[in-house]
Amino acid sequence: MAIDKATVLRIAQLARIEVKDEALDELAGELNGILAWVEQLGEVDTEGVAPMTSVVEVKLPRRDDHVSDGGRRDDILANAPEAEDGFFVVPKVIE
Amino acid sequence: MSGVVEGRTGPWEMVIGLEIHAQVTSKAKLFSGAATAFGAEPNTQVSLVDAAMPGMLPVINGYCVEQAVRTGLALGAEIKLFSVFDRKNYFYPDLPAGYQISQFSQPVVGHGTVVIDLKDGSTREIGITRLHMEMDAGKSVHDLRADATHVDLNRSGVALMEIVSEPDIRSPEEAGAYVRKLRSILRYVGTCDGNMEEGSLRCDVNISMRRPGEAYGTRAEIKNVNSVRYMMKAIEYEAERQVEILEDGGSVALETRLFDARTSTTRAMRSKEEAHDYRYFPDPDLLPLELDAAWVESLRAGLPELPDAKKARFIEQFGLSPYDAGVLVAEQDSAAFFEAVAAGHDGKLAANWVTGDLFGALKKAGLGIGQSPVSVDRLGGLIERIQDNTISGRIAKEVFEIMFESGRDADTVIAEKGLKQVTDVGAIEAVVDQVIADNPDKTAEFRGGKDKLMGWFVGQVMKASKVKANPQMANQVLAKKLKG
Repeated sequence: MAIDKATVLRIAQLARIEVKDEALDELAGELNGILAWVEQLGEVDTEGVAPMTSVVEVKLPRRDDHVSDGGRRDDILANAPEAEDGFFVVPKVIE
Repeated sequence: MSGVVEGRTGPWEMVIGLEIHAQVTSKAKLFSGAATAFGAEPNTQVSLVDAAMPGMLPVINGYCVEQAVRTGLALGAEIKLFSVFDRKNYFYPDLPAGYQISQFSQPVVGHGTVVIDLKDGSTREIGITRLHMEMDAGKSVHDLRADATHVDLNRSGVALMEIVSEPDIRSPEEAGAYVRKLRSILRYVGTCDGNMEEGSLRCDVNISMRRPGEAYGTRAEIKNVNSVRYMMKAIEYEAERQVEILEDGGSVALETRLFDARTSTTRAMRSKEEAHDYRYFPDPDLLPLELDAAWVESLRAGLPELPDAKKARFIEQFGLSPYDAGVLVAEQDSAAFFEAVAAGHDGKLAANWVTGDLFGALKKAGLGIGQSPVSVDRLGGLIERIQDNTISGRIAKEVFEIMFESGRDADTVIAEKGLKQVTDVGAIEAVVDQVIADNPDKTAEFRGGKDKLMGWFVGQVMKASKVKANPQMANQVLAKKLKG
């Protein structure tokens, strides 16, 4: 699959990254290079092989249902550009 | 409103599917150890995982997994022993990671069924497409300041079960019955408290209109319906709106709409200039969820008797109508209350008292069945006095009211108020003789063939005896004396 300028622009918009027009060609080239490199995996015959989900032989660990965290509002809000009355404050978003 | 809208050009049928988000009743969140209690101070129930701080890793809450599986079993659904968590990517200020951990391609629960109970006593099966686990987002507050939005992450990471129905629902009534039934099942198994006001049960409606029997039309999705009543109103409005568009030759837009409770209308929510592209992919932070078949079976064996089974048993065991049985089993506590009252008494009489006078009085007083001032034993005691003819059904209603207000038992109330039914023939004869003596005209009319006056005479006797005369006996004595 080849990535064109329009696709790069769309990916950037979805990721909320601003990309200047003059950078689109270069990015498309880099992304196509990455895809082509990954495409090499297609050379391996994986017919009938279940997808591998992890390289380690462990099961998903589970926690017990007890409260062991929270109550650290100052930590949570420490890096907020703006906070007020215990809330994060962000630019107005309204539907 | 039925499920068919009569347009200018013919009938249109509603096709409705519901997506229910049910909050799991866990103490801690799905992927962190922060608390889930409703109504806490903002951002006090947030861990570094919920705030998506760099390097934090999710660890799944085993209890939440168990509740999702139990819910699936209660819906008679297929439990998948292998399921996967995916990232659903989108940007919103109350989603700090920029993605929601959900299950997309391989949910933990597959096809199931909910049997809905309709007003006429009939039932219908609604298919369940799937149930998957996901984390909730935080909460945005838009009205604290004109120029800013406030974000509270307390809800961020709380465990949800998203239950998706097939597009099998055909009317607002069926949609209401579906939500009520699902809520009842969730409460029976205790996996969600079903509280719509607090948002622990949320409902999105997908609705489209079609000519009966034809292919599905384009649907709109309605969000923000936080009660069964609102959901039904939203469906009614949306159905009319779509029919108008279709009859004018237009087409319904595939869009998300918001329900406005003040006006009972829906309006488009976001413009779709950028169609949703969530770019789901398996979350590399979480291994697949693998379940042990024996564990699943042990959960199945531990399920309580569910509403449908209980309803069938009540009909069979106590001879109740499907409607009464359905009303009684809707809440587990009501069903248990009824069953305790019915033990040793006439089942139908017990059902009538529980669903009639008791439910009515509780509703009026704003009380739940657990707070009933008339206990199981006391209601049983009252029913006993009706069964042994100490009081008539009519007097019993009066006794019940006093019992409900005062908390006293039936025998005390009957003795105090002197409400014991008069079953002594001599006493009733005396009253009847008096009534006949006081009303010579009517007596003559009756004897002249005006049989209809019998009812009037019975009324007079009951009145004269302060309603305490046994009605059957009053009838018999009157008939004998008037005719003789």
